[in-house]
Amino acid sequence: MSTGTRRLDLEEVGDVTVAKFTDKKILDEGNIQIIGNQLFALIEEDGRQKIVLDFSNVEYLSSAALGKLITMDKKVKAAKGKLRLCNIRADIYEVFAITKLNKLFDMKDNLEAALQGL
Amino acid sequence: MAPIAQFDLWIPNDTAEAREVQERIIGLMEQNAWPMRECFGVRLALEEAMVNAIKHGNRMEPDKQVFIACELTAEEITVVIEDQGEGFKPEDVPDPTDDENLENPGGRGIMLIRSFMNAVAYNDRGNRLTMIKKLGVENE
Repeated sequence: MSTGTRRLDLEEVGDVTVAKFTDKKILDEGNIQIIGNQLFALIEEDGRQKIVLDFSNVEYLSSAALGKLITMDKKVKAAKGKLRLCNIRADIYEVFAITKLNKLFDMKDNLEAALQGL
Repeated sequence: MAPIAQFDLWIPNDTAEAREVQERIIGLMEQNAWPMRECFGVRLALEEAMVNAIKHGNRMEPDKQVFIACELTAEEITVVIEDQGEGFKPEDVPDPTDDENLENPGGRGIMLIRSFMNAVAYNDRGNRLTMIKKLGVENE
């Protein structure tokens, strides 16, 4: 089990797990570590295959958070699962676009679009 | 242009302390009606630069400190961040958007700083960063 306060609200929609970040700011190294552990547990401990990350609460994130998302993406691919990101506000989308990570991640405007065909 | 606000201080090599200074700087911008979008960019640049100074410059060593200077005028904000490390050469940092680096977990901080600020300069040693954001001026 992961330790620490839960940083993700989890919801099952059919065979898809929707993980919604509870933090407004994903900056602090300690928090990012906990979030990473909770994300990785979805794949490595719970064996979930289809995961949607919902960013609707997130107002800030740093490059350290991007690093965890990249590692998550690798783990999902290794497990032959699927990962989508959704509800990313324009400021944060720009961070993904500048770093060209919008090419790496499957990003959708909203939850409905993210669930479609996953 | 006369400064509306300016301060400088040394802080312990601790990200929580750095984040308090970050809040102070963003607070000054908000009080002076800077748009949210520009506050977002400056906050991100401050976060990346402060974490770089503490983690990579000062290598997390608790006996080291970080110097931060801030000057706000009606037209721009200038922030200087200096660590007590050996410094580095910014040109040695690989481009994180190259295909072979795209999946590296780190190495994006400096690029984000350059993207969100209008001017970014390091001293020769590479342990002091000066960055400027001009009000209402977008990067190309």
